[in-house]
Amino acid sequence: MFQLSPQGKEKVLAELKRYESRQSAVLPALYIAQAENKGYISPEVIKELSRVMELPEANINEVCTFYTMYNKEPVGSHHVQVCRTLSCMLNGAKELSEHICSQLGTHLGQKTKDGKFTVTEVECLGSCGTAPMMQIADKYYENLTHESAMNIIRSLK
Amino acid sequence: MSEVKYLTEFYHLPEFKGLEGYKKNGGYVQLAKALKMQPQAIIDEVKASGLRGRGGAGFPTGMKWGFLPKNDEPRYLLCNADEGEPGTFKDRMMMEKAPHQLVEGMIISAFAISCKKSYIYVRGEYDDSINALEVAIQEAYKAGLLGKNILGSGFDHDMDVYRGAGAYICGEETGMISSLEGLKGQPKLKPPFPAVQGYLKKPTIVNNVETLAAVKYILRDGAAGYRKYGTEKSAGSKLFSLSGNVAKPGNYEVPLGYPLKDMINVLGGGIKNGKKLKAVIPGGSSAPVLTAEEALKATLDYENLAAAGTMLGSGAIIVIDDSKCMVECLANLTHFYHHESCGQCTPCREGTGWADKIVHSILSGKGRLQDIELLVKVADNMKGRTICALSDAAALPIISFVTKFRDEFEYFVREGKSKVKGTAYKGHAYAATASH
Ligand SMILES: Cc1cc2nc3c(=O)[nH]c(=O)nc-3n(C[C@H](O)[C@H](O)[C@H](O)COP(=O)(O)O)c2cc1C
Ligand code: SF4
Ligand code: FES
Repeated sequence: MFQLSPQGKEKVLAELKRYESRQSAVLPALYIAQAENKGYISPEVIKELSRVMELPEANINEVCTFYTMYNKEPVGSHHVQVCRTLSCMLNGAKELSEHICSQLGTHLGQKTKDGKFTVTEVECLGSCGTAPMMQIADKYYENLTHESAMNIIRSLK
Repeated sequence: MSEVKYLTEFYHLPEFKGLEGYKKNGGYVQLAKALKMQPQAIIDEVKASGLRGRGGAGFPTGMKWGFLPKNDEPRYLLCNADEGEPGTFKDRMMMEKAPHQLVEGMIISAFAISCKKSYIYVRGEYDDSINALEVAIQEAYKAGLLGKNILGSGFDHDMDVYRGAGAYICGEETGMISSLEGLKGQPKLKPPFPAVQGYLKKPTIVNNVETLAAVKYILRDGAAGYRKYGTEKSAGSKLFSLSGNVAKPGNYEVPLGYPLKDMINVLGGGIKNGKKLKAVIPGGSSAPVLTAEEALKATLDYENLAAAGTMLGSGAIIVIDDSKCMVECLANLTHFYHHESCGQCTPCREGTGWADKIVHSILSGKGRLQDIELLVKVADNMKGRTICALSDAAALPIISFVTKFRDEFEYFVREGKSKVKGTAYKGHAYAATASH
């Protein structure tokens, strides 16, 4: 059973009052809940939000499945998102993500055995002038080489 | 012609980000002036300036504002900071380096259209932009630049930031409105246009970050002054995001009408690693590709790029060198559009899927010659028949790639390997990227 922390609940209630329509609070609420549930949204999270927000589960669930930034499955404690789109591809993004996967002994979308990392490829992150690049948590890492990317990844606890 | 620093004049100053530094460099002077003007006079000035939307479609901004109903129904201003068009990264720089420039432009625009509430919809990944804007908005409230009775003018305005959650389609204005309403970001059929019926069914003006930031400069210099840069039909300066295989990628502000050749060779430092120019996508991934020869003749304005059969779009210039395989480049884009189609319209949902399958089958060496024709036919069927323009945006690159670089597609089919690389394509498991 997932339950929002008292602070989390307070934040969700504040979002409900923030916009003209209560439904607008669904996107922010999913972010708040995701942060409190090890980085992903499970059916229990939807239930809890539905209860706290007094909105039908279906309204929350369909929003959750539409957007890529809500993880539907558990991810490793570090989610390494390598941009795959054209400007990055032209600068070696595909080779970079293959290198990272092989160094970590994993495949795209698969948690590493120690549960520490998940590597995925994502679409253009608006950092095309500093390609290739990746995002881990909220942070952008740009102008990567195979070495610099692995140094960054290995430095994560 | 050379690079200009018009919108970007103070971007090199870290202090420009904060309210104090922004004010020291001319900040909020135009707002004070605007609040003493007749709102209609501001709209007229924006119309006369010739400013066209910087988000992609290039629609005249003043004219769009003029579509609002002439009554006192509540209306909203929605700043499009979703910046999802592959190759585009100018709005992010504007928000990170000069959040107050956008906030001031928005308050002036809101006053012009008599709007009491605005939102900035920022793509979810842009953490630094969101933080910068939230701080700027707080500073503006504290300084009486937002809220009730702004600078004693009697004008009230509230502003808030809304965080997207990873969906390119939310950059489309009606998709964005759905998303801001807390729903799936699915576009809606137009008409009604947002200016008549938008957010919560109220009149809503949607404008790009760069468009709204420019409004302040139109007030400062007047319509005629603003037109000192640009051409008759493409007034002003614009930020271009240059990326791909150039030596010095980055954002460059130039007068509209600037030669694409100079953008690549002078500002961009030419093609890197001693390679040669092969192709350029001049306006974001949705713009038809230009051959090197076409690109070297083009100028960066709405009319010239339209005459060249492509578009200025969001101002994202993606440069491709002669060691790159065009089949692979197209496959990268078909994958993107298939992933981003919201799935409401059959031609878009099925078309992007088929196109992606066909290009990947060619890449895997299993293509047949008739697949090339089929690809063009699939793309043709995606045009002009859907709720929003994503379907067209997906079709145009396909048609232009296949028509202009047909030899590379035919070679791949015949030989099972890339004409430029001389090797077969090593497949890549894309299963990990979820589809909507
Ligand atoms: C699929 C699609 C994606 C779009 N993405 C963006 C975007 O990321 N940013 C943007 O400003 N406009 C985008 N647009 C254009 C918007 O629909 C709209 O025209 C624009 O925000 C209007 O602002 P402007 O007139 O100031 O350019 C997109 C359009 C389509 C069809
Ligand atoms: S054209 Fe494509 S993206 Fe646009 S509404 Fe239709 S299915 Fe959705
Ligand atoms: S293509 Fe990778 S950040 Fe834009």
